[in-house]
Amino acid sequence: MNSLNYFFLVMFPYISIAVFLIGTIYRYNQSGYKVTSLSAQFLEGKQGFWGTVPFHWGILMLFVGHMIAFLFPKAVLAWNADPTRLIIHEGLGFMFAVAVLVGLGMLILRRLTNARLKVVTSRMDLFVEFVLLAQVILGCWIALGYRWGSSWFASDLSPYLWSLIKLNPQADAVIAMPLVIRAHIVCAFSIFLIFPFTRLVHLLVAPLHYILRPYQVVIWYWDRKRIRRASTAWSDARPQNN
Amino acid sequence: MDIRSQISMVFHLDKCIGCHTCSVACKNIWTDRKGAEYQWWNNVETKPGTGYPTKWEDQDIYKGGWEKKGNDANGSGNGQATEHVIKLKGAGKAKGLGNIFHNPSLPVIDDYYEPFTYKYLDLIEAKAGDDQPTARPVSLITGKTIDIKSGPNWDDDLSGTPDYARNDPNLENLSPEEREAMFQLEKMAFFYLPRICNHCLNPACVASCPSGALYKRGEDGIVLVNQEVCRGWRMCVTACPYKKTYYNWHTGKSEKCILCFPRIEAGLAPACMHSCVGRIRYLGVILYDADKIEQVASSDEKDLVQNHMDIMLDPNDPEVIAAAKANGVADSTIRSAQASPIYRFVKEWGMALPLHSEFRTLPMLFYVPPLLPVMASLGKANKSQLDKMGPVTKQWSDDWLYDTSTEEIFATIDQARFPLEYMASLFSAGDTEMIKLRIKKLMAVRIYRRFKTVGDISEQKATEALADVGLTAKMADDIYYLTSLAKFDDRFVIPAAHREEAIEMMEFTGDNKGSAGFGFKGGTAQRGL
Ligand code: HEM
Ligand code: SF4
Ligand code: SF4
Repeated sequence: MNSLNYFFLVMFPYISIAVFLIGTIYRYNQSGYKVTSLSAQFLEGKQGFWGTVPFHWGILMLFVGHMIAFLFPKAVLAWNADPTRLIIHEGLGFMFAVAVLVGLGMLILRRLTNARLKVVTSRMDLFVEFVLLAQVILGCWIALGYRWGSSWFASDLSPYLWSLIKLNPQADAVIAMPLVIRAHIVCAFSIFLIFPFTRLVHLLVAPLHYILRPYQVVIWYWDRKRIRRASTAWSDARPQNN
Repeated sequence: MDIRSQISMVFHLDKCIGCHTCSVACKNIWTDRKGAEYQWWNNVETKPGTGYPTKWEDQDIYKGGWEKKGNDANGSGNGQATEHVIKLKGAGKAKGLGNIFHNPSLPVIDDYYEPFTYKYLDLIEAKAGDDQPTARPVSLITGKTIDIKSGPNWDDDLSGTPDYARNDPNLENLSPEEREAMFQLEKMAFFYLPRICNHCLNPACVASCPSGALYKRGEDGIVLVNQEVCRGWRMCVTACPYKKTYYNWHTGKSEKCILCFPRIEAGLAPACMHSCVGRIRYLGVILYDADKIEQVASSDEKDLVQNHMDIMLDPNDPEVIAAAKANGVADSTIRSAQASPIYRFVKEWGMALPLHSEFRTLPMLFYVPPLLPVMASLGKANKSQLDKMGPVTKQWSDDWLYDTSTEEIFATIDQARFPLEYMASLFSAGDTEMIKLRIKKLMAVRIYRRFKTVGDISEQKATEALADVGLTAKMADDIYYLTSLAKFDDRFVIPAAHREEAIEMMEFTGDNKGSAGFGFKGGTAQRGL
């Protein structure tokens, strides 16, 4: 039992992160061309709206929430010290989880039932969506069955994750936790593990640079300001095309 | 001044016979692929009609193009504080990123059509029997048999039908009576509108792309999607008001007309233009001032079309030439601009107009509006009318007449079979005078030619007609030549990119010495995991 715990909570995280990093870099270098959102809205938009919108907003909020608890555990604990604020925190988290659940359900349903979508659905697409579904269900289960998970995350999980990062794994506190929570952790690392081999890579190319870019893009093939004139026989400037 | 050159086009609608050769030439070369079957980078639609995708001109549905919000500080168009006067209607930084998970204004496959083929093999392999075997249609997406509900050009030649012609968004400005008049059986008419990407000066597609995959080529203004950079956020499809960017459902990336740039670079005409049976297409370069783009695109509605055309500069003006040279425009390009059929049609003769300038993308494809349906105004003649007709009126039968009256030279234009409002909605942002002038010019040239060839119109009348619209006999001869006789090299004046030197544009050839041979570039388009 202990060796299983050791494997899944200490070895596995390292394996999954290593695969995630090496795999993603390798894939982007080898076939970065194929990294796209693979949007299916063109083939099916109506159901898609009720799937992808709640799913994405929900999962992004949950992601941000988990990151905050991971990076600023003390702040989270301080916030949760007041019961009203704790309930707001937990309620909000649960709301987003439900949004993801509903959205994912819709996404899976439409990918399984729509004849056009089946053409653009790989087995991996469905696998990923089921893994995400499992992860969210586990998360909801923790929220309902083992109250105040947000405080647990901050007080126990965050130090555990940091210990992994510092290459000095301290898994005791986590091993002592209920099975559901351990499963949630393992499932999270599984997502990292499969990440490079799935459509999830699209979130790495989220186009935030758009905000800073001028609207119009013009590309020149030769440098207009450094045109070689006939009078200069040889220079490092490029020739004009006439 | 920032003078640049731009590949620009004119389509002469009077000459289009609606044969779709252009569309097929394009399809065979570029879009005969999985995921692109439904894409017609070149399509020809019947007007009045709803077009492809259905009702693409209705921006209340598709939210394409730019819209003007508020005014610039000094009223209109003198260049000050024009910033952010125009905004993308359905995309842009806030809307584009906010709607990235689901784009509410994205046209979907059913707005175009479900691509199909037929089970031809069934015709050959069917067992002998009493019935003739049939080739049933199958979807090119799912592979299943489908009942075809629509297709590209489903409404071809169906002018007047309730489902198509009467749903044309351009009828909005017409009164119900005018609409009814258009669809009376004996007045019914239609013309063809071939469309490709306009390679706009202020492209909405480029501005809408969150990844920055779309770009305009500085040297010739061709607008392209970099397939390596496109991440399938599908905002360009919404943003292009002409619906000339398409989402490839298989590769998960967007594609658009590339104006056959490999051919253009070699000095050849694009395939659609090369193959055009009606020889309606002209292509050349124009010079323009890139500093003016934003200001022109933000003009007041009433000045927009004129400003749009005025952005073209006179390629024979020494100042323009000097500024162009200083800016690195090649001499061969300047020479081509001077021989450009586009500058003559649009500026010198003032005969062509842009399609839907009000979308504010500054399209660089101009149309000579069709005259024919105007001339061929059929009417039930009565005695008094017949008396008024000049000697050149052709009568087809005793009471129906084909009115080519020159009695009052331009009398028939206002009773055109296509109300001027309809044409104005397409080509001049609603300004009927602009359309009228172009149609008059077309008619004046005909009157002049009729004087020359048939001789039943007096010289005085012909010169009068020309003078009335500001043309001279010399211009009329040139217009006639470029419209009817022009050879290939007159219609397409393309400055070659000098491929023999092309590589020098991008890199120092010395760097590559000794490295040529077999190499591998990225694979062909494939769908990711
Ligand atoms: C960071 C910003 C993100 C952006 C901009 C983004 C964008 C998109 C877009 C445009 C689509 C295509 C939707 C369509 O069919 O039209 C999509 C699909 C999808 N995204 Fe994201 N996404 C992001 C983050 C995420 C995250 C964090 C996850 C999960 C961990 C995720 C999982 C998915 C999945 C599973 C699909 C497929 C949905 C389907 O079945 O069609 N995305 N995403
Ligand atoms: S017509 Fe072409 S250049 Fe203009 S907005 Fe559409 S796709 Fe872009
Ligand atoms: S090939 Fe020319 S004449 Fe024929 S439909 Fe196309 S544009 Fe018109």
